[in-house]
Amino acid sequence: MSGTKRETGFTFTIDGVEITAYAGQTIMEAADEAGVYIPRLCDHEGLRHQGSCRVCTVKAGGRSVAACTQPAAPGQAVENETPRLTKMRRDLVEMLFHEGNHLCPICEASGNCELQAMAYRLDMTEATRFPYLEPCRALDASHPDIALDTNRCISCGRCIRASQDVDGKGIFGYVGRGIHRRVAVNGENLADTDAEVTDHAISAEVCPVGCIIRKRVGFTVPIGEREFDHGLIGHDIEEKRK
Amino acid sequence: MDNGHKTGNGVSTAICGTAPVPAEEIEAICAQFGNDKHRMLDILREVQDHYRCIAPATMDHVAASTGLTRIEVEGVASFYSFLSLAPKGRVTIRLCNDIVDRFSGVSEVACVFEEELGLKIGETSNDGAFSLEYTPCIGMCDQAPAAMVNDIVLTKLTPETARSAAQALKAGRSPEQLISERFEALTPSERALHMVDNNIRHAGEVLLGPVPEDAGLAKAATITPTQIISAIEESGLRGCGGAGFTTGRKWRFAASERAEKHFVICNADEGEPGTFKDRVLLTERPHLLIEGMTIAARAVGAREGILYLRGEYVYLRELLLQVLEERRRRGLLGKDILGVKGFDFDIRLQLGAGAYICGEEGALISSCEGLPGEPKTRPPFPVNRGYLGYPTVVNNVETFCHAARILDKGAAWFNAMGMEGSHGTKLFSVCGDCLNPGIYELPYGHTVRELLAMVGGEDAAAVQVGGPSGTMIARDSFHRKLTFDDLATGGAIIVFNGERNVLEIVEYYMSFFVHESCGYCTPCRVGNVFLQKAIQKFRKGLANPEDIDYLKDLSGTIIETSRCGLGMTSPNPVLTTLKNFPLVYSAVIKPSKDGIRDTFDIQSAIDGARKIAKRRSYIFDKDFTQ
Repeated sequence: MSGTKRETGFTFTIDGVEITAYAGQTIMEAADEAGVYIPRLCDHEGLRHQGSCRVCTVKAGGRSVAACTQPAAPGQAVENETPRLTKMRRDLVEMLFHEGNHLCPICEASGNCELQAMAYRLDMTEATRFPYLEPCRALDASHPDIALDTNRCISCGRCIRASQDVDGKGIFGYVGRGIHRRVAVNGENLADTDAEVTDHAISAEVCPVGCIIRKRVGFTVPIGEREFDHGLIGHDIEEKRK
Repeated sequence: MDNGHKTGNGVSTAICGTAPVPAEEIEAICAQFGNDKHRMLDILREVQDHYRCIAPATMDHVAASTGLTRIEVEGVASFYSFLSLAPKGRVTIRLCNDIVDRFSGVSEVACVFEEELGLKIGETSNDGAFSLEYTPCIGMCDQAPAAMVNDIVLTKLTPETARSAAQALKAGRSPEQLISERFEALTPSERALHMVDNNIRHAGEVLLGPVPEDAGLAKAATITPTQIISAIEESGLRGCGGAGFTTGRKWRFAASERAEKHFVICNADEGEPGTFKDRVLLTERPHLLIEGMTIAARAVGAREGILYLRGEYVYLRELLLQVLEERRRRGLLGKDILGVKGFDFDIRLQLGAGAYICGEEGALISSCEGLPGEPKTRPPFPVNRGYLGYPTVVNNVETFCHAARILDKGAAWFNAMGMEGSHGTKLFSVCGDCLNPGIYELPYGHTVRELLAMVGGEDAAAVQVGGPSGTMIARDSFHRKLTFDDLATGGAIIVFNGERNVLEIVEYYMSFFVHESCGYCTPCRVGNVFLQKAIQKFRKGLANPEDIDYLKDLSGTIIETSRCGLGMTSPNPVLTTLKNFPLVYSAVIKPSKDGIRDTFDIQSAIDGARKIAKRRSYIFDKDFTQ
């Protein structure tokens, strides 16, 4: 929701850097425009904000808030890249790794995966302390062009919003509660829905991990040329400042 | 651990009953609720009651009738504990396994039911007659162990009473007949009192003493909405649900919001283990509650209200419906209330379906809207944009009751009771190891020790103030005061004597939060599982000294990054016991020897591989005789 009344701009700071924002903008929207990257996984350009992964947690006015849903406020001092926040974000990313089965070496999303890239950006370089939950969910390969491996899903819900709001289909949704909450499809299986490989929700851009799989196109980009081989996740935003 | 959801989507689901449900029947149910998607919870409850489950085919019909997709319907059906995608028995027995019920012998009761019905906990009999399961706190901790049998509540169960109940049910008696042979002839109020004792141990001046009928409402009708709000503000009344927000300010915010409609919602979803004060008010003071809601409606200009009743209190449904009907008849609800032109207000009863999170303001609103009970993103706040996007006041049962009394007796009267910052009286629901569990209405400011003396709990070793999301204190803190500024509480006080295992209590509370997390945000959904696992490690004696830091560290992340109050308080059982009972933890931790972690069990780690390879490990096998 970029502000329409651009003349009502105001400023606030992120880690001491002055940022201009417009009425109705969230902290993250203003930061993105100004070339300050706030890590995020469930948020994605062109989709409604959800505020569920919490990786974009920042400190604003002394409180921890999700930068993707919190409106920017005039004069506010926002903390983004502090050791404490980076550590908590790393905890959250580790939680997501441990909640699912993320076998990076054999995953076709490797190198293009936002979860993996976020782990690199946040220096998740050591063995983690959390227990592995090792889910065992059935692979849905019913559709001729698409497969779904929800063991690799991080519940970001980007596919849900893309299908509902962009494709106008509503192929995905959340079911269950708590640790059993997960993304499911609108029918017995994917072949039972009107999903098409050309849907925005199915595109590589929307699923940040290797959960939504487009058949027959995997592993086509050689190592060295994959998305995050070129730079850390978020570098495209940060380059705006240079 | 399988953390997948077991029904639907590629995994075959059993169909309810034997015959598929005809579409017309489902359509008729949807039509009862105007095919309104916002009434989804009512629709699904009705389907569940009729067919004992919500099968995939029925979800398709519900979706078609309400203009939703099947996955949206499934999202709701799979969220609430009392709704089921797999068939349940015609009689579903839900034993409360709150920690107080455990300490009162619910496992012996469970054994009797298992034996008599030939079922294990979690199973449904093949003939579809019975389901037996555990359920979290049902608000009966003062008469534990307790159970729900369909919509009927059984309290103070013993192995003997459980056996006769199970035998009667097996012999074809209805759950209602377990309460009384002439159940049908009883009034809703008599039925409730036959099932559940209210255990009022101390009646205070405001709520449980003599209360004149509708005196507050009569006063409210003669003054302006602004004057009503001012009176509530001057009284110093703060929300009695736990968060303690100033009630008058909340009403003022909502009233000042310009909108086509305003709403008033009563949160009767007390789900904090150990709390049952609203149950008592709903039974003993239902008119006072509706009076308070009506006053709030006049204050903020609302014409519609919702009373959200937790699913566990379904036994109070008829009673409340009768009260609403009676008040409509007497002109206390409906058009031109008390003859005041334009003072229109009516209330719909919304029943929950087993989800603690729905006590959270935003989740409660989501649930009223027919959605899964997920908290909403703030801002906007409900007073600005709440139910269906309209400004909404959400207060709990006790708060509305207080408001009605304040209008009658005046702000100064209320303000003079209690202490600075914590005015008036408070209902404390006391349970656990004490002689007189029940309800105590006291002015704010008593110490825990004074309360323990009143309830006959002098030998307490630990007191859980404010339920699991509150604070667990030890003897050295019994001088602390029950106020918003010291030991804040929504009312739950759970007393534990020296025989109780603090770590067992903490583990139960963590398992409760794991079960009740909505799953929306990462730290609460996943982090609480890790906390629970870490506590299990302590209980098994496998923890190292560093694990204390791990507990604190992980708790910190969950509290700081969670999206709503559940995750912001769920680590409290761990943190407050670490602080107040450090010896309990240090007694069970062991430093690792030789750098080998006690938690790492090589035998079990290689067991899977060993079975596949059909070979023994000569290094790690301890027992070569196997």
